Amino acid sequence: MAMEITQYLLAAQSADARVRTEAESNLRQFQEQNLPAFLLSLSVELANSEKPIESRRLAGIVLKNSLDAKDAVTKERLAQQWMAVDIAFKSQIKEMLLLTLASSVREARHTSAQVLAKVASIDIPRKQWPELIAYLLNNMTKGDSSADLKQSTLETLGYVCEEISHHDLGQDEVNSILTAVVQGMNLAENSPEVRLAATKALYNALEFAETNFQNEMERTYIMKMVCETALSKEVEIRQAAFECLASIASTYYDVLEAYMQALFELTSNAVKGDVEAVALQAIEFWSSICDEEIELQEYESADTGDSGHPHSRFIEKSLSYLVPMLLETLLKQEEDVDQDDSIWNISMAGGTCLGLVARTVGDAILPLVMPFVEANIAQPDWRCQEAATLAFGSILEGPTVEKLSVLVHSGLDFLLRLLKDGNNHVKDTTAWTIGRIFEYLHSPAGGFSVISSDNLPKVVEVLLESIKDAPNVAAKVCWAIYKLAEGYEDAGRHSSLFTPYIHRIIESLLFAASRTDVDDSRLRSAAYESLNEVVRCSNIKETSQIIRELLPVILQKLSQTLELQIVSSDDKEKQADLQASLCGVLQVIIQKVSSADDLETRSIILTQADQIMFLFLNVFACRSSTVHEEAMLAIGALAHATGSEFGKYLPDFYKYLEMGLQNFEEYQVCSITVGVVGDVVRALNDKVLPYCDGIMQLLLANLSSEALDRSVKPPIFSVFSDIALSIEENFEKYVPYAVPMMQRAAELCAQMDPNDDELMEYGNQLKCSIFEAYSGILQGFKNSKSEVMLPYAPHLWQFIELVLREQHRDVQLTKALAAVMGDLADVLGTNTKALFGDLKACANFLGECLGSDDDDLKKTATWTQDRIRSILVS
Amino acid sequence: MSPSSDLLRRPFKRPLLSDQQRRRDLSLKRQEQSRDSQLHARRVSSALLSLPLEPGASSTEYYSDLHLASEVASKILKGGLEGRKWFQKQLMLPEWMIDVPRRLPQDWFVLARPAGERCLVVSYGGTTVSRRRNGTVLHRFPSALSDGCCRTKAQPSCSILDCIFHEMDQTYYVIDMLCWRDYSLYDCTAEFRFFWLKSKLAETRVCDPPSYYHRYRFSLVPRYTCDLTALHTAYTGAVPYVKDGLMFYNKHAHYQPGITPLALVWKDQNCSKYVVDTNNEGKVPSHQQIVLELQRDGKVTTSDNPPVVFGCLGLDLIQKLGTLQSPYLLRFAIGDGGLTIVDGKLERADLHYLGKSNRARAFADSYSKIMFQSMVRGSSLKIDDLIAAISSSDDGANGPDVEMMDGKKALWKRSVWIVPHSIGSAHHLLLLMTFGSYYILRRIDTFEGANDLPLQPGTADIFFWYISRLLS
Repeated sequence: MAMEITQYLLAAQSADARVRTEAESNLRQFQEQNLPAFLLSLSVELANSEKPIESRRLAGIVLKNSLDAKDAVTKERLAQQWMAVDIAFKSQIKEMLLLTLASSVREARHTSAQVLAKVASIDIPRKQWPELIAYLLNNMTKGDSSADLKQSTLETLGYVCEEISHHDLGQDEVNSILTAVVQGMNLAENSPEVRLAATKALYNALEFAETNFQNEMERTYIMKMVCETALSKEVEIRQAAFECLASIASTYYDVLEAYMQALFELTSNAVKGDVEAVALQAIEFWSSICDEEIELQEYESADTGDSGHPHSRFIEKSLSYLVPMLLETLLKQEEDVDQDDSIWNISMAGGTCLGLVARTVGDAILPLVMPFVEANIAQPDWRCQEAATLAFGSILEGPTVEKLSVLVHSGLDFLLRLLKDGNNHVKDTTAWTIGRIFEYLHSPAGGFSVISSDNLPKVVEVLLESIKDAPNVAAKVCWAIYKLAEGYEDAGRHSSLFTPYIHRIIESLLFAASRTDVDDSRLRSAAYESLNEVVRCSNIKETSQIIRELLPVILQKLSQTLELQIVSSDDKEKQADLQASLCGVLQVIIQKVSSADDLETRSIILTQADQIMFLFLNVFACRSSTVHEEAMLAIGALAHATGSEFGKYLPDFYKYLEMGLQNFEEYQVCSITVGVVGDVVRALNDKVLPYCDGIMQLLLANLSSEALDRSVKPPIFSVFSDIALSIEENFEKYVPYAVPMMQRAAELCAQMDPNDDELMEYGNQLKCSIFEAYSGILQGFKNSKSEVMLPYAPHLWQFIELVLREQHRDVQLTKALAAVMGDLADVLGTNTKALFGDLKACANFLGECLGSDDDDLKKTATWTQDRIRSILVS
Repeated sequence: MSPSSDLLRRPFKRPLLSDQQRRRDLSLKRQEQSRDSQLHARRVSSALLSLPLEPGASSTEYYSDLHLASEVASKILKGGLEGRKWFQKQLMLPEWMIDVPRRLPQDWFVLARPAGERCLVVSYGGTTVSRRRNGTVLHRFPSALSDGCCRTKAQPSCSILDCIFHEMDQTYYVIDMLCWRDYSLYDCTAEFRFFWLKSKLAETRVCDPPSYYHRYRFSLVPRYTCDLTALHTAYTGAVPYVKDGLMFYNKHAHYQPGITPLALVWKDQNCSKYVVDTNNEGKVPSHQQIVLELQRDGKVTTSDNPPVVFGCLGLDLIQKLGTLQSPYLLRFAIGDGGLTIVDGKLERADLHYLGKSNRARAFADSYSKIMFQSMVRGSSLKIDDLIAAISSSDDGANGPDVEMMDGKKALWKRSVWIVPHSIGSAHHLLLLMTFGSYYILRRIDTFEGANDLPLQPGTADIFFWYISRLLS
């Protein structure tokens, strides 16, 4: 039954695009015509040791992709498709895959293990492949199994455990699998390859081993084996064993007590003496412990007291050994590495872990770290200086502001000096540390700051000097300026302190963004992002003139990007990045200026709107998705700022709005466009009417699409509210389409699994947005045709009752619920009298709202109560 | 499936924050706020415009009134004819005092009425609009009232004041407060409204001298519990404005649009230059002139609710009038035959048709005004009568005013089911307990007695809780 497909598989990897496309279409045709035969042919290809590895590899990948996909909808569809395949074909395919496990070609074995796990993920929970586990276990025990077969069998077992839950199998099978895996790690019996495969398999099977970890004897046995393996002479095996330990630290934190002494010694030795790959995992073990304890502390403080999980205070107990060990790692910097932020080495991992330890224990870390900082910061060796600065920067989140402020007050001058004089590594870390000082210790609005009118001039002077330094240092300085400005957000009179420097800072940031001595896109975007924050956090009353002057500069720069010579795709990308940054700045300026109280400031945008919009439309014409998104965001702000004036741009802009709404792949773009539809509709009011058919059609299509990311759907319902409010009774013709969608979504909410936190979070957003849509539509019909919504009232009421019955609602949802009840009474009046008959639930709910601390909620509930009362007495 | 991939931590020194994400979030926040404030504007319009149920009005009428009002409400800022019509109905209009009410020193406030144009001042959506009694706009201006000028671009909110605009010093004299920062005071007693008015105005800059963002000054008209000293002060005391008679407010009355016997006006030559109505030339006509509304059936009536019939026009006259704009307001003189009153009811009026009324008029005269004017020309109520009434009033001995009880029962009827959980509700309850005869209220009475709770604003919380228990 299998067909010969080698040539197509090879051709599909050809360098010749024409050949490739043709082969792909042939394969697709085959797949569509006869899926079972196609899948079988792929498995035969993969199993056939006489075929070239290239075609076998691709066969495996295509087979895997026919069984599994990232997004849930496609995944489910593929599973159904597999289930429908004839059992005879399925058996043959499985047989081919199992055969391949014994292949002498490593890659074929590996691919086969992956495919087997995918088949198992569909068939095992449905009890369609009961013999698989026994077969695999037999591979491990039968005498004549090759090391290759054992290795790939262990790999398969690991993947299978990762795919399924231990509830899908009997406990005896679970035990047998773990026994086989742990035995595979046994030094005396197995080759290094098998032991490595077994250790990796254990890593994948850790969650699967839940029951076994609850049993002390089994747990101790597993832990003993992992610890022994962590001492193997092969680096790769040691690394895999430490990865297991780090994962165990977070998965089984509450049963670790008995092993901590041993684990401390093991990890400590690895951090101090082992190769970097292993040491990194050993540090990761401690970082994971910190994560667990931080979470326990946060959970505990939020929940006051008994959390159900014990806090073992491992970090606190080992603090005096752990901190020196981590500090030592900071001194192991690599020489002359490229200053890349994404670099991950032992000193970075050590700093990260130190930061987590500080968050776990707070002030207690200071007496352990500060002597190190003081001893090293004045050393002539750059390693010492850098390590001292990194140590100090790392621990700024955790200890109390009081303790840290004292230290910063005495050390800030030194840091500023270091920023001028140090070597590149030192300056980089110093700028980062200064940024973190602003982040955690500079909050005038919060009532504390290490920055005062006394030291601010010096700080700004040094920062603006260093922004001319090497690009890596300059980018960090931009970030520090970002954090400095952020502190003045909503800081009232304190923000005036910053005002005198804003002009110079903006100049310097613009200079950094256009430095020609370096070609570093990171510096440029850091500079523009800082510029955004400076504008955003400035006191608009005092800076309107500066912003007025900034606007034409940015417009000029954006206009220059349109004239750039575009030859390569690289040029295109650069242009798009630059446009994205500049559109971002414009968005921030527009939003800032339009939030001003006085008309004079707001006129800054109003008088330039034509030119701004002209440029945005030209940016769209360059067509790049990132720009699309940023320009789209900026246009939303412009529509908000200009109000009904925006109407004149809509004829030209409308097609891009349509394009944005149809961009399912980049769902962020789609989501932003939905928000912009709301901005435009609100700005134009009923003048948007001619465009509503088109917009509603697309929005409805988006709602019914399975391909669109679900996160876009709540905003669409919210936008229904905007449209209905703007076009009022003209919304009538959309009601028969829009409201049933809302009803279906409401039913979906009722069926959601309450144990799935992520889904419930989404459910909350969805419910909120459905209520918002009803509110907008009802209020839109208030002045006329309110009867249109009468037939839909009972369904809305059912939905209201459903949400009323929920135990936990966030305040947003409660508000939307209270409001929609009032809207129902307000707009449909006495017709809803019967619905409100059940006073008890209403009165309880509204009483609850009125007792809340949230003023908005109280206001809404008072209004709703008033509305209900007026229909009940009439 | 590389085991290490999901363990890799975020590069430590790379900034955590994405400015793009921040921009997105801020946009979303702005969009959400704009949406909220639009919905809020719609909702608040209903809250403001739904008004107390008038005595005797049936539920359908009530609903259609509410509906009409809401429709106008959305045009609150746009103005236009409908807005004007709506505003015509919103002021609480005092009856003219033709009898001294009982318990004057216990239950009433007195104040010296400023001469000028009575109007409603509404601040909303960044502007302030004042409208005359006939609904037309007097001024549109920036003010320091909540959301009353474009400078304060805060959350939209609305305040409504009942004022008299005093031309000479260009000041709005505030005599009552209907709504303050979205908090509706319609359902609160005069006592509470005046307390709120006084304390809230003091908290703001509304009474400051005019400035660019606050074009007119507002000023509070002082009021006193109507004992002898207060009456004397109001009657003869110096005020910064031209006086036009005295106003009396019943302390327990809610703000009820339209003519109400729970607010009264009284004048004599000493405290007002405008005691007797004058004609267009400013002269007192030889015969009293009145304005009445022509009904479909030919009857001519006052503006009271229910209207008082003064007479019936002949068919010939109606035909002569031809088509008239609504309302059909006609001017009459009262002839030498005068008004014949039997047992306190109007029996006959000697009416002489004069012509159509001035187009600016929105209402016919009220019964009490006609009676007062008639009395001013003959045997009017003198200040001495007021003094005598106060002196003879024996504290508490007279028991609750029967007339008042009837009037207020109608007002309270609507408050029974769900008592608003607000400070105002304590006053509801206070009143309900004094006069009410409802089952629930008796229960509350018991509850109150048994628990020895003081009757003060905070009591509302406890009562609310108790009522919700009773209802459930």
